[in-house]
Amino acid sequence: MDIHEYQAKEILTRFGVPVPKGALAYSPEQAAYRAREIGGKLWVVKAQVHTGGRGKAGGVKLCRSEDEVLEAADDLLGKKLVTHQSGPQGKIVYRLYVEGGVAIAKELYLGFVLDRKSERVMVVASSEGGMEIEEIAAEKPQSIVKVSVEPAVGMQAFQAREVAFALGLKPSQIQSAVNAIMGCYRAFEELDATMVEINPLIVTEDDHVMALDAKMTFDDNALFRHPAVAELRDKSQEDPRETHANDRGLSYVGLTGKIGCIVNGAGLAMATMDMIKLAGGEPANFLDIGGGATPERVAKAFKLVTMDKNVEAILVNIFAGINRCDWVAEGVVQALEKSPVNVPVIVRLAGTHVEEGRRILARSGLAIIRANTLAEAAERAVAAWKNNPSTMGLKVVNA
Amino acid sequence: MSILLDHTTPVLVQGITGKIGSFHTKEMMDYGTNIVGGVTPGKGGGSEHGVPVFDTMKEAVAKTGATASIVFVPPPFAADSIMEAADAGVRLCVAITDGIPAQDMIRVKRYMRRYKAENRMRLVGPNCAGVISPGKALLGIMPGNIYLPGHVGIVGRSGTLGYEAAAQMKDLGIGVSTSVGIGGDPINGSSFKDILEIFEADPETHAVVMIGEIGGPQEAEAAEYIRDHMSKPVIAYVAGLSAPKGRKMGHAGAIISAFGEGASEKVELLRDVGVAIAPTPAEIGSTAHKVLKKAA
Repeated sequence: MDIHEYQAKEILTRFGVPVPKGALAYSPEQAAYRAREIGGKLWVVKAQVHTGGRGKAGGVKLCRSEDEVLEAADDLLGKKLVTHQSGPQGKIVYRLYVEGGVAIAKELYLGFVLDRKSERVMVVASSEGGMEIEEIAAEKPQSIVKVSVEPAVGMQAFQAREVAFALGLKPSQIQSAVNAIMGCYRAFEELDATMVEINPLIVTEDDHVMALDAKMTFDDNALFRHPAVAELRDKSQEDPRETHANDRGLSYVGLTGKIGCIVNGAGLAMATMDMIKLAGGEPANFLDIGGGATPERVAKAFKLVTMDKNVEAILVNIFAGINRCDWVAEGVVQALEKSPVNVPVIVRLAGTHVEEGRRILARSGLAIIRANTLAEAAERAVAAWKNNPSTMGLKVVNA
Repeated sequence: MSILLDHTTPVLVQGITGKIGSFHTKEMMDYGTNIVGGVTPGKGGGSEHGVPVFDTMKEAVAKTGATASIVFVPPPFAADSIMEAADAGVRLCVAITDGIPAQDMIRVKRYMRRYKAENRMRLVGPNCAGVISPGKALLGIMPGNIYLPGHVGIVGRSGTLGYEAAAQMKDLGIGVSTSVGIGGDPINGSSFKDILEIFEADPETHAVVMIGEIGGPQEAEAAEYIRDHMSKPVIAYVAGLSAPKGRKMGHAGAIISAFGEGASEKVELLRDVGVAIAPTPAEIGSTAHKVLKKAA
């Protein structure tokens, strides 16, 4: 789960990481009021959206008066921000963070990730802040320092010092940097984060080290023990289809193709998408309905997939292991009888009680296109999508 | 022969009295697995499907002589159960549970290293379908009837895609020595390389089908192992060709977060070291068939 910059900064402040003075605003007037509260002569108005690359996309504005703050806020609020990381659909700005300007002497990069190779928390830092880590790795790889944390004892101060010295900081700045690094690590560890990124971590002209930007991602599997973190979820930043699915216990990722997929198991769901692509189509979504595949789940899945107006065909691919094909077939029939869909539906069943399952589909009288193998299913789905469904008489209605 | 387990391996079920644990205990028993007991704290002294239930793993191992366990404990408590198994001296632990926090798994892996390599428990999973040695024993949740006993090993992250592969192989008359699901989590007990090593050493396994997916470094690590140490043919498919970068595809670990973690990059690495690549997920069985025919 992702959170906003201002939320990450609130959390990190509690762990002793210094940040510039700032406050949240929902309206231009509030933004101007916040600027006055913060004081000074320079402010930054930042769009709060769950995506990187805000600066380049015009989501961060430097202001030299309260009027300019008001204007910047007015311009940003409600705007759809499309960055190189957000995808073409972009993210809508509903919240702004107004921050007091600081005099920057140096910009650094500081990140914490779960390193899958060493199976440890890894600190990644660079003296070349402000750029994305991928760019730094490509252009200035020698500037990157990495430190891995021994899980039994956690991060030690000497490791934070090593990082701070490697970043080329002056002796007078080291303790301040160590506090910031240790604070980020403690927040990462205590709150089950999977990523903390401070880019840039800055050194001010008066030798203070602080987080100018902050990004945190949390382990979805650990949210049960962090209710305060779980509350920070902002559904306005999610694809509404994904919100709908997650709230119903389905694993869904919205894509841009035309063929909707309903599959049991994550690996088989990915493989089904691959097959569609190889057969000349594009999947509209990833959807894993889980091992259960009960009639209710299948019905929910149909509802979800048809919410996507781009969907022009639906491929159901179920490999019944513990469950049974006849139950899944009943589910498909019930779902389609209750709420008919007006795009072709292709169903492939395999595994336990497959013959009964196929018989149930055939007997239903529904215009379901049946397939026996994965290859057949993908080919038929792509063919049904390419042919105009209305002229093919493939509408799924009660016979 | 098979790897990791056969019909004699004495097994404990952790979480045996839960709905899911109890259901799969019965399924495993019916398949022929030697289930000797189970553990549910507070339910010790009772019995489930005719085998005794214990309060702790230590007691259960002492009384039954079990050498393997399977974990059906809910995610908040599963890491604790895996460590309890390691401490009780079990040799093999299969964790089925999906949803264990990643940092819990980091601690589990660190805890397991307290034991010398020769005494260390082998962990398979979590978030996996388990292990099956067809015709002998099942330590997992896969449908036993789709596997033909034979000489090809299967190792994969996904459950249902593994079933798909086994079923394609069965249709072509290709049998399986053991199938191992290593699970879809970012931090897991056994890697592809760990399982390939065991298959390489097993005289009854003649070839291995490997089913990878996007995310993580384990396919690349396997490619290095195959290049340097593997004498048996390997057939591979990597799922997620059409998956976008930075999106989690169902499995907690199925996310492309760095260069080299996409499906096509992994396929290239494996092809470069001589692995036979199944061009589509529908051709895993036929690719294995071709490779076996050539080797024969």
